[in-house]
Amino acid sequence: MELLRFITCGSVDDGKSTLIGRLLYESKLLYADHLAALEADSRRVGTRGGELDFALLVDGLAAEREQGITIDVAYRFFATEARRFIVADTPGHEQYTRNMVTGASTAEAAVILLDARKGVLSQTRRHARIASLLGIRHVAVAVNKLDLAGYSREVFNEVSASFGELAAELDFDEVTCVPMSATEGVNVVGRSELTPWYDGPTLLQWLESVDPATARGGPSRFLVQWVNRPDATFRGLSGRVLGGTVKQGEAVRLGSVVSTVARIVTMDGDLEEAPTGSSVTVVLADDVDASRGDVVAAASDPPGVADAFQAKLVWLHETGLLPGRQYLAKIGARTVGFTATKALGLNEIGVDNVHFDAPVPFEGYRTNRDLGSFVVLDRLSNATVGAGMIDFALSPTNVRWQTLTVDKKARIARNGHRPCVVWLTGLSGAGKSTIADLVEKTLHAEGRHTFLLDGDNVRHGLNSDLGFTDADRVENIRRIAEVAALMVDAGLIVLVSFISPFRAERALARDLVGDGEFCEVFVDTPLTVAEQRDPKGLYRKARRGELANFTGIDSPYEPPVEPEVRLDTTALSPQAAADAVVARLRALGVC
Amino acid sequence: MNHLDRLEADSIDVFREAVAESERPVLLYSIGKDSSVLLHLARKAFYPSKPPFPLLHVDTTWKFREMIAFRDSTVASLGLDLIVHRNPDCVAAGINPFDHGSARHTDLWKTQGLRQALDEHRFDVAFGGARRDEEASRAKERVFSFRTAQHQWDPKNQRPELWRLYNTRVAPGESIRVFPLSNWTELDVWRYVERERIPVVPLYFAALRPVVDRDGALIMVDDERMPLTEEPRHELVRFRTLGCYPLTGAVRSEARTVAEIVEEMRAATTSERQGRVIDHDQSGSMERKKREGYF
Repeated sequence: MELLRFITCGSVDDGKSTLIGRLLYESKLLYADHLAALEADSRRVGTRGGELDFALLVDGLAAEREQGITIDVAYRFFATEARRFIVADTPGHEQYTRNMVTGASTAEAAVILLDARKGVLSQTRRHARIASLLGIRHVAVAVNKLDLAGYSREVFNEVSASFGELAAELDFDEVTCVPMSATEGVNVVGRSELTPWYDGPTLLQWLESVDPATARGGPSRFLVQWVNRPDATFRGLSGRVLGGTVKQGEAVRLGSVVSTVARIVTMDGDLEEAPTGSSVTVVLADDVDASRGDVVAAASDPPGVADAFQAKLVWLHETGLLPGRQYLAKIGARTVGFTATKALGLNEIGVDNVHFDAPVPFEGYRTNRDLGSFVVLDRLSNATVGAGMIDFALSPTNVRWQTLTVDKKARIARNGHRPCVVWLTGLSGAGKSTIADLVEKTLHAEGRHTFLLDGDNVRHGLNSDLGFTDADRVENIRRIAEVAALMVDAGLIVLVSFISPFRAERALARDLVGDGEFCEVFVDTPLTVAEQRDPKGLYRKARRGELANFTGIDSPYEPPVEPEVRLDTTALSPQAAADAVVARLRALGVC
Repeated sequence: MNHLDRLEADSIDVFREAVAESERPVLLYSIGKDSSVLLHLARKAFYPSKPPFPLLHVDTTWKFREMIAFRDSTVASLGLDLIVHRNPDCVAAGINPFDHGSARHTDLWKTQGLRQALDEHRFDVAFGGARRDEEASRAKERVFSFRTAQHQWDPKNQRPELWRLYNTRVAPGESIRVFPLSNWTELDVWRYVERERIPVVPLYFAALRPVVDRDGALIMVDDERMPLTEEPRHELVRFRTLGCYPLTGAVRSEARTVAEIVEEMRAATTSERQGRVIDHDQSGSMERKKREGYF
């Protein structure tokens, strides 16, 4: 028996939940106790006047029952004599694009519902585009509620024709339109006499015949998930075949190394070959240094390796994508640093140039959904915030790291001290610049090589093109972090005095330099105190509404969680605060 | 690949991802057929290595005796590590389903007991055998299901789960429940048990067993702790799910082999959880229990 994964999309009003309930009911997958619960629920909260309301069956979460809408992806299962099905049931409204994208990512076919009386709406276009974007090649259009249009052949033909026009612009292999009434069960499972003019398949017949196309042709691709070493005599690579068929004796390549597949191991015995989708353990003939995330590929035709791509991005989180911000991307079995260049909001889809901080083996999403897809994760909250599909690698740049003779070590020896970034963060008026100035004075007097990067001063020059939106603040700090890192390479103790309100960018600044070369100083002054001091009159302006996006007033400040130094300026004099910073630098072995 | 091959390959994939990206994984072993399949898949995922994690059984002292015997022989024959946790507060207070009711019994022994065990061993990933077809609230749960440091599940704030790219990242104290059988149905489980000849507790097969009627359910008298006002009668019954014996209803059946169970399943008209007393406390009760940390 084969397995088919499909997605259903359509709005609440199109009768999607009813259709799924009907499929379960008609394929006898509804058990008597489910049915009894459904009958009781239908009487209690149903919308069909006490008749069986199949939507209640599918809308599982309590919140959804209350609101009467489907707000998440639900997975349903049913089987016929011919096939086993996994249905991803996803909500229709635009604000749930992320749910549809999620459901579509693992589907091999799509059922797009629409209301025959309304025809192809902008929502239908969006569903079709997302299905196409996510690589679904087989689509059935359920022209539903035809009972309310008198089972009119003309209405059905009209709707089919207008979907045909839409599909012509998209990437489907096959589109089948089915005249249907889910509530009445017309053409869902059995053929109906109410549509004698229709000679195509019923929806279930279509689902039983569509090709899941899980056997991916082409050269072999095997993703290493886990290095399997039970003892000194066995070293296998446990993972999954993501393309072609891996064969025993096949010549394979792993990065720049070439070897041969010696064995394909499973608990049921060795295999001669493993098709796309199998989870097996491969043993190579040579003692190759392979690790998680590597791709063992046909030697004659390995996948590309790159770190910059054009990709389609879908944003999944309430907090929008900020260009230049450091995220993580999980691709295959690797997690790497990730940045994008364009802003995106929740549920938006865009094409962007994206950068990974390490090269990864990949294939274009159209060729291979598994090696061409990635998810974007937030570094701090760990939330899954975005999803991406690779179009192609951007041409490899010719900028390479130049090996230099005079390195950081040599500079440390000459300077007599180690370099470091001393990063002072805090609200405007907290006292950052005053303290930074005193710290530098002390260090300078002791003969240390120092430099002070001050927020206001830098905004006059290097960052004069940037404003105070969240996106500009991210870019502002990114540039400062890079400059500070260069100065550390030059052997300096760099004092950075910036509000730097976001944890993510301060984390980036820390990542850019080595361990022990970053000292985060939280100049902790409560908003009320800073506002009282207001040395530049900025708070007054902000309160009057003359300054927008002012940190602490109408723009957030995220305090450090574990700074190296926390200075309570309500208790410490500026000099005492500066002394505390210098003492910490000595403790860190900087000076 | 047929549908069982695909389900198997997906589950193995899930096991490997979770183990590769976690520090301290554990398999929640509840001795039932789903746990048997889960353990079988874990062995396949890491063969020839042993599964690189211990099994955790959150015991209630009210399990069927045959379950405990099966657990111990399975662990011994496969040479696996087993942790048995019994909530010490429940042991001290003598919590039982007769005096304290099914809801409190289950909450204290299982939900609180599981939390204690996870905290004590600082497990960051816990494999469970839950399936999405079991109950409506489970249909929307992720394969990698995030739990707060208080072990809570927030169904409205789940991480989107795309392709096979599972997000395994957690902050200290937080954890992930991983459900490799998410997309399996009860029938898939039995077909797989049949195909792979996986041993299961004999209670799943029909036999003459001493039973009494309790609240419309057929309850097997497994030991002398069951308060009785009548003489148990012997009926040909089997169990579709296994739990605490006073809370698990038997079904009348003649299915004595896995093949006969599969045949019976295909003709079945009630779902497996119907035999469980705890699900019927109130509508939406599973979602509530899961939010609180029940597995």
